[in-house]
Amino acid sequence: MRYLPHTESDIQTMFDTIGVKDFDELFETVPESCRYDKKMDLPGPKTEWSLNTYMSEIRSMMEVTPDHTVLIGAGRYQHHIPTTIPSIMGRSEFLTAYTPYQPEMAQGTLQGLFEYQTLTARLLGVDVANASMYDGASGLAEALLMGIRIGRKKKRVAVSTAIHPHFRDVVSTYFLPTDYEVVELPFLEDGRTDLSSLAGEDDIAAVALQSPNFFGVIEDMDAAVTAIHNAGALCVACFSEPMSFGLFKSPGSCGADIVCGEGQSFGMPISFGGPGLGMFGCREKFVRSMPGRLVGETKDLDGKRGFVLTLSTREQHIRREKATSNICSNQGICTLTASMYMASLGGTGLRKMARLNYDKTEYLKKGLQEAGAKLCFSAQTFNEFVVELSDDFNLVQKTLMEKGIVAGLNLGRFYSGFGNRYLFCVTETVPKEVLDIVISEVKK
Amino acid sequence: MKNAPGKSGLIMDEPLLWERGKKGRNGMSIPESDVPASSINENLCGEGPDFPDLSEVEVVRHYTRLSQWNFGVDTGMYPLGSCTMKYNPKINEKHAGAAEITAAHPMLDDEYCQGTLRIIYELQNYLAEITGLDVVSVQPAAGAHGELAGMLIFEAYHRSKGKKRTKILMPDTAHGTNPASAALCGYKPIAIKSGDRGILNVEQIRELMDDETAGIMITNPNTLGLFEQNIREIAEIVHDKGGLVYGDGANMNAVMGIADMKKCGVDVLHLNLHKTFSTPHGGGGPGAGPVCVIEELAKFLPAPRVEFDGETYRLEAERPESVGRMHCFHGNYGVLVRALCYILTMGAENLKKATQYAVLNASYIKVKLKGHLHLAYDRPCMHEVVFSDKKQLEFKVTTLDIAKRLMDTGYHPPTIYFPLVVPGAIMIEPTETESLEELDTFVEVVKEIVREAEKTPELLRNAPQRFKVKRLDETQAARKPCLCG
Repeated sequence: MRYLPHTESDIQTMFDTIGVKDFDELFETVPESCRYDKKMDLPGPKTEWSLNTYMSEIRSMMEVTPDHTVLIGAGRYQHHIPTTIPSIMGRSEFLTAYTPYQPEMAQGTLQGLFEYQTLTARLLGVDVANASMYDGASGLAEALLMGIRIGRKKKRVAVSTAIHPHFRDVVSTYFLPTDYEVVELPFLEDGRTDLSSLAGEDDIAAVALQSPNFFGVIEDMDAAVTAIHNAGALCVACFSEPMSFGLFKSPGSCGADIVCGEGQSFGMPISFGGPGLGMFGCREKFVRSMPGRLVGETKDLDGKRGFVLTLSTREQHIRREKATSNICSNQGICTLTASMYMASLGGTGLRKMARLNYDKTEYLKKGLQEAGAKLCFSAQTFNEFVVELSDDFNLVQKTLMEKGIVAGLNLGRFYSGFGNRYLFCVTETVPKEVLDIVISEVKK
Repeated sequence: MKNAPGKSGLIMDEPLLWERGKKGRNGMSIPESDVPASSINENLCGEGPDFPDLSEVEVVRHYTRLSQWNFGVDTGMYPLGSCTMKYNPKINEKHAGAAEITAAHPMLDDEYCQGTLRIIYELQNYLAEITGLDVVSVQPAAGAHGELAGMLIFEAYHRSKGKKRTKILMPDTAHGTNPASAALCGYKPIAIKSGDRGILNVEQIRELMDDETAGIMITNPNTLGLFEQNIREIAEIVHDKGGLVYGDGANMNAVMGIADMKKCGVDVLHLNLHKTFSTPHGGGGPGAGPVCVIEELAKFLPAPRVEFDGETYRLEAERPESVGRMHCFHGNYGVLVRALCYILTMGAENLKKATQYAVLNASYIKVKLKGHLHLAYDRPCMHEVVFSDKKQLEFKVTTLDIAKRLMDTGYHPPTIYFPLVVPGAIMIEPTETESLEELDTFVEVVKEIVREAEKTPELLRNAPQRFKVKRLDETQAARKPCLCG
């Protein structure tokens, strides 16, 4: 086996040194009653070449292939990834290193994370960003728990129903065993969150909104932050498409207290939903309540700049059960990937790219409306929008599938009464010709 | 040091990203627009973030230089205890990065993504087979996330029995995140001291386990690298009082094909695919922490799992008693693909060999270094062995000094100051992918450092010398945090 260097004579030498006669004796502390007493029933071992054949057979089972155009976002987005990213991020110095516990021999990872924290803080308009969470959904759950910690005696949090349904599911999972309650805020006819029920509330620790929300709608963050703060709550702003901040105001600049969301759009493939990364930041005064790993700047013995993991007193190995969260890792290489993507686009490029995404989406939105689709929400959108289509749209979807186009996501399983409503997503990767095909099929 | 692999070379300096570049440069191509510009509500628009503009060359050179300041498993031996830094096969990267996999969208209907679902299904089954447990969810995104899944399952189980429990037994040899994971589910951890043999004492569990206690979290082998020999008896006590047994499977590399977790009495176990199953650690992530349970607890597992009816792979329909969703989609999917490739490449026989050689390597280091470093527990170890700086303290040399000196010789240091039960701990986990020659060189280097500690201790106290930076001031970093440039 090519990963195992031991020869028979090596093993014998080592047995002799240790003073055991065989492997049975080496494992003598495992009681007979705990032993795995059969052979594990697993396929393999496969050679590299037979593994290739096997995996290629599995890949051939995919009916939607890389040649398809998938006009679905809903939390994961198809953007161009420059070749430089997989090429550099595949370097084993990054990939095969562990958590940078020994900072002097991990300055690459550490400086990379510090740069990520900085670019992310600038992107989200917050004072501080951590070195990432598992994903946007668990990041939102952690943000609301953070809100509860800061809100002290308050027992409830509020969540907009226009937040991605899976994000809300994860929040429910995290809150179920606690004594805290999650209340839901409805959305208005224009697709934005209805915050009117907050008036007169004083027991809500934090209110979460997503912008662009699940319907692609941009929330009026300035007004929302005022309403939320008037209710004495913290504003948690989440997102699933960070590309939008190239064009629209960042949540932090509107006054959001905690900002979190999914960063997959920045240089990571969709990969069936993972790995991506949870971007997470907050205002300076809340930093000690923030979960997740943090990298800070410091100096070495000669006064030279360097970077280390810091504020670990918040973490589990020191505070054990009093830790701010049980998170003790981050999304590592995905974090550096996001940073490299932000650096590759630059400020100028991000703005251009966001605008291109916007214009393409608007093109399809207008085209579909002209073809007879009804736009469900009138508010400003980015990259995604919801339209209502006729009962037989599923047949149109089939036709388009034959042409290699996956046309929209039916929202019936997420919201009652949405059986004929579809969420469409367009990014810079989709040429106009494809959008024209969709429009003309709907028109037919 | 003559035999040590570490020599010195050229180190390139590299500023921070925003200390480079010029407005107007760009590092990736942006498609020309082929559609008309649309109007936009300007009141909602912002300036866009203040990012530096860099050319492609600047970006590539920046990250290449950064990478050269790092040390990975591909660079050299990385005996970081508790982390299982084994070789990460290259072929797994290729399959995780295949276009059909990376383009797969998780919102597609099941019939369009049979391949990606099949990968999850097979992995669920193989992980069940390897652990001896019955049913698996691969959704948790990391080890600590798997622990949280496990604690949520504990909570859901006791709730289904109509009684909320408030406490959980927590040995001091459990992994660091265990207490925090339990606390998230409302459990107060009751600390248990390991006995003088480094393992749990049955009588102590009998005394503490009551019907207010949800169960116990056991890391086995524990963080001292010792197999919890009384685990079955302990499990019986816990089960008799209506509790459950959680196994932290982070150290599964020590027992594949050797110990059956179900026979050990474990009800819930998480695995770390980035440890035992060879997926790269990526400087901290992404990992994956699948959670495995006995049949009786299957209904509580995170949802959705993948099912197969003999023809079609499907995400299961709603499962009302599930603890729910823990990740937006299926966790760190790319990591799952790599782990499946590893299992298929290894097969049952080689997985067992990996375990045997991992324990052989750790035992070899234990015997070779015993007498040079203080051995915390002189008992048969599993995949890792814990020493300490007890002998070197006499020369005012600490574990930290030893670790830093080891860096200059070309090795990543072992885990230090963990587990907490051993003051000045030096926790060595060589893994099975290191050869006898590599172990011998490592042993010689450590012995030399031990000699230096006595004769030239300043060499250790001033280490490291061969890196871009010397010893960094971690206290200052925490006192006056600078987290953003």
